[in-house]
Amino acid sequence: MNRNGNTYTFIYASVMVIIVATILSVAAISLKPLQQQNIEVEKKQNILASVNINPPKEEAGKTYEKIIINSYVVNSSGETMEGIDAFTVDMKKEHAKPVEQRALPVYEAVIENEGIKYIMPLYGAGLWGPLWGYISLNSDMNTVYGAFFDHQSETPGLGAEIVTDMFQDPFTGKTLFDQNGEFVSITVAKKSEKAPEQHRVDAISGGTITSKGLQEMLYNDLQQYIAFFKKKKNSRYE
Amino acid sequence: MSDREHLFSRKNLDLLKNPLGPSNPITVQVLGICSALAVTAQIKPAVVMSISVVIVTALANLIISLLRNTIPNRIRIIVQLVVIASLVILVDQVLKAFVYDVSKQLSVFVGLIITNCIIMGRLEAFALANKPWPSFLDGLGNGAGYGLILIIVAFFRELLGSGSVLGYNVVEKIGLDKIGYENNGLMVLSPMALITVGIIIWIHRSRDRSLIEDK
Repeated sequence: MNRNGNTYTFIYASVMVIIVATILSVAAISLKPLQQQNIEVEKKQNILASVNINPPKEEAGKTYEKIIINSYVVNSSGETMEGIDAFTVDMKKEHAKPVEQRALPVYEAVIENEGIKYIMPLYGAGLWGPLWGYISLNSDMNTVYGAFFDHQSETPGLGAEIVTDMFQDPFTGKTLFDQNGEFVSITVAKKSEKAPEQHRVDAISGGTITSKGLQEMLYNDLQQYIAFFKKKKNSRYE
Repeated sequence: MSDREHLFSRKNLDLLKNPLGPSNPITVQVLGICSALAVTAQIKPAVVMSISVVIVTALANLIISLLRNTIPNRIRIIVQLVVIASLVILVDQVLKAFVYDVSKQLSVFVGLIITNCIIMGRLEAFALANKPWPSFLDGLGNGAGYGLILIIVAFFRELLGSGSVLGYNVVEKIGLDKIGYENNGLMVLSPMALITVGIIIWIHRSRDRSLIEDK
């Protein structure tokens, strides 16, 4: 057959496409469960990391079952939304909705000798791509117990340093509300920048846009929970 | 088939060795520079990227060489692209399933292997005209030549930029930071990768005079 003829070329292209499509779909479908599991395990690890527990991959599922005793979804008025599994909420999709309609997940973790911690997911923008993380609060709904951040594509050595303990550990003990009960969140501040000690952590030098993106993320996402925080706080004294 | 060559004849070994030196894809042919800038801020992603590229170049060369007598000339570039793209997607899927943390670190760069000119260059220049085994070796060699430069650049960028080697903080360990040594933040940014590659090319050329063009 003429290898440069139209018929040959068309048949060749069609056969090739069908073969390649088959191979790729088989690979995608057969590897999907493994990939899904990886994503789930990582999410559990991330949630646990925000209460300073870092189990290895193999034990993440078990530890998660043990530590996270409850999870639910609230709306921006602090009311519980029924029928939604907190773990499956996709923060990226929620962020596309108006604030009032967002489903806001809350995880309750019980830490030995330290009582219940409340974990909230965060989602925002860095320099090159999305940032996300989890932050946990003591039951006073004000003091940070721990934080975990991750990113998709921040600059290695600069913005990407938000994943290090050196950056994350100082969040512990900071507060979200000032003495008057006003929400101020936490400032990720450069050395020269003034901010009250209780509400600031050091930014990453060379990673200013990532640091500021992270600060925005904290402010915007925690702000949505204010009603929930107040409700929880009041219910403690009733 | 009396003229059949030994699998590791000198000619075949040269296919494997030459790209590491005299015909290095990055420093001599100046291909694949883009990803050399992007993934070399730290050593670990550079190593994984190198391994992925070695696998893709070797297999793509092998497949194209096997098909070389059937490929219609007019759509040969498309066929090459389909083969490369499929391999890259397979590599990406496998990484996601088995080494999830690494695939996260490489994120979009795995996908960008598709656009790495070294691979298409070798397919066009070598695999289309040679037998499968030499093509496979040529792919391995070129992938390795690319990886070698990547890892050298990453070593210097991580050492000078972040003060560490493979995440191990050397500068703090030998106490340089206490006597006022500061890491050079510029090394972490892509322009310094280009300059590092430039320096490597300079050294390479000054040691191998045959690379210098006649005026």
